[in-house]
Amino acid sequence: MLKGILIGVLSIGLIGTAFWGYSERDEKKAVKIQAENNYQRAFHELTYEVDLLHDKIGDTLAMKSKTSLSPALVEVWGLTSQAHSNVGQLPLRLLPINKTEEFLSNIGDFSYRTAVRDLDKEPLSEKEYATLQRLYENSAEIQGELRKVQHLVFEDKLRWMDVELAYAKEQNPKNNVIIDGFKSVESSVASYSDANMDPALTNFKVNRNNLANVKGEDITKSQAKEIAKKFLELNGTEKIKVSHTGEKLKDHYYSLEITDPKQKNEIYMDITEKGGYPLWVISNREIGKQTIDLNKASLNGLKFLERNKYPNMELTQSSQYDTIGVFTYVSKIDDVRIYPESITMKIALDDGSIVGFSAKNYLAAYTKRKIPEPKISIEEARKSVNSNMKIMEERKAIILNKLNQEILCYEFVGTRGNDTYQVFINANTAVEEQIKRLNNIVENFD
Amino acid sequence: MRKLFFLKGPLIYFTIFVVFFLGSDQIVKVSAFTNQVIQMGAVGEDVIELQSRLKYNGYYTSKVDGVFGYNTYWALRNFQNNFGLPVDGIAGAKTKAMLVRATKYEKTGTSAGSNVPSGYSQNDIQLMANAVYGESRGEPYIGQVAVAAVILNRVGNSAFPNTVSGVIFEPGAFTAVADGQIYLTPNETAKKAVLDAVNGWDPSDNALYYFNPKTATSAWIWSRPQIKTIGNHIFCR
Repeated sequence: MLKGILIGVLSIGLIGTAFWGYSERDEKKAVKIQAENNYQRAFHELTYEVDLLHDKIGDTLAMKSKTSLSPALVEVWGLTSQAHSNVGQLPLRLLPINKTEEFLSNIGDFSYRTAVRDLDKEPLSEKEYATLQRLYENSAEIQGELRKVQHLVFEDKLRWMDVELAYAKEQNPKNNVIIDGFKSVESSVASYSDANMDPALTNFKVNRNNLANVKGEDITKSQAKEIAKKFLELNGTEKIKVSHTGEKLKDHYYSLEITDPKQKNEIYMDITEKGGYPLWVISNREIGKQTIDLNKASLNGLKFLERNKYPNMELTQSSQYDTIGVFTYVSKIDDVRIYPESITMKIALDDGSIVGFSAKNYLAAYTKRKIPEPKISIEEARKSVNSNMKIMEERKAIILNKLNQEILCYEFVGTRGNDTYQVFINANTAVEEQIKRLNNIVENFD
Repeated sequence: MRKLFFLKGPLIYFTIFVVFFLGSDQIVKVSAFTNQVIQMGAVGEDVIELQSRLKYNGYYTSKVDGVFGYNTYWALRNFQNNFGLPVDGIAGAKTKAMLVRATKYEKTGTSAGSNVPSGYSQNDIQLMANAVYGESRGEPYIGQVAVAAVILNRVGNSAFPNTVSGVIFEPGAFTAVADGQIYLTPNETAKKAVLDAVNGWDPSDNALYYFNPKTATSAWIWSRPQIKTIGNHIFCR
């Protein structure tokens, strides 16, 4: 009897201990992941900020007017302090990262000093431009090195916790990829580099989120089906599932799921309830070998737009990703590009068919418009462009400014060294509205 | 003097002949331009050849990387301008023929770059693919695009961090981050989904949150205005 009770008590104790141990282990794991996440965030943010820093410094080099230069320098200064704080969060305490930090304080000091100065009375001197140019080159080098480390982190699934542990074990750990990577950042230093997050013309940030501009009668479910059949040029054997979405929100849609039993292909599509406009389409099919080129595909896209009553569109961007071409088209009225009215399409390069369509920006911006007359001439506008820039193309364009207002501008595309910039000069006030470095190519690491 | 010239004449002809012969032989062997019309954004062997040829006669000064970007574009336009061709920055049949006549092709580079949507680095895309894979690998393709779009919608919203990494690693924001699933290796589908979202597709229609109604424990999330259901996730604002 006593023996039985004893066995019972002991086994409960054993189970309890096992359970306690297990939950301890779980908790420890959770804490470890948490710490790792913090390091990863600090590191990825650092590389992002260095990317951005490089771009922003590049932009300031291409700027001319004081009104855009000062805020840009303030932005650079803000970025350096963020990058600084992220460097400080990495478990690299023992590693000499003075050079990286030194670069950050140099650029921070420089941008702060020049940003608070009245640049009208005391513009940037030749020497200061030279400094800025050197910092720009420096930033490119550091960016490259950091990206390499970042690539290795992904590739080899490196953990910052391991760096921490490596340091805990020995003073000078060897063969730790992250540590070695940072050492090479240090040795290459004279620099940091780029990526940009300017509210790019067709990028996310500029998107006006609602479709208040969309006009028309509400359509029904079966009308939505008909619209889809016509738009996607379906043959009629497909199964179409429709649901009404966004009921609690301002904009209502019909979301369609289209499957063809004969093919392994699913197409998804949203159509606005008001007016019945296709908002976006994604087709998820396997794409075969490339048989048509980007040029042919872009012309196909244009024809598709014409067929579907999007007249006067012009191709502004094309990029190839393996066997898919991604194209952006914008409206053109009286030789003026209306950048906010943009449509993006994905076209398969195996048979030239459309596998993606997005008119969200177009629908948000579309309105019957009359293009106003510019108050200044293009010659006057040209004077507002930094003389370092060699102008290659110029045209009139309507863009959205940071306040989401449409403004008429002169657009200049030009080069400065090996960089291409797009500069928008307000056609009424000659103010530099937007300046952007155009670069959509990145170096492969493997 | 005159005698020397007579001697030189045939020599020059001979040299030209040899050079031409060898040169043309080489062109036949290495000329690789396919019949594609090469325009901005293209990638691959034709672009490598285009860049190499433009580099040969000094129009292109950057690295030969097999991606047709702005530097290639300006180089091509300058070439077209100086050789009396229509200046459109597109390498069609005429331009390619002129290039083959005017230059030699010595391959000086390999595919060393790729296109990325403006404003993103390849590593940003990789990080997002990790998050999308960790969060939604069991979901339909469209659901994965939607999850990627939610990350981008948050980046653009002032209530959230303004970087991709900031949004993803925000404490408590994504379960895949909290339990470490973000460190799994993402598949091609997740990467494709991220590219679609970055290029502007948003199946979630501007959602900022999503949750799985079977596992969601927070009452708050149910109070958000719902947009739609995709796969196992409800997307809301």
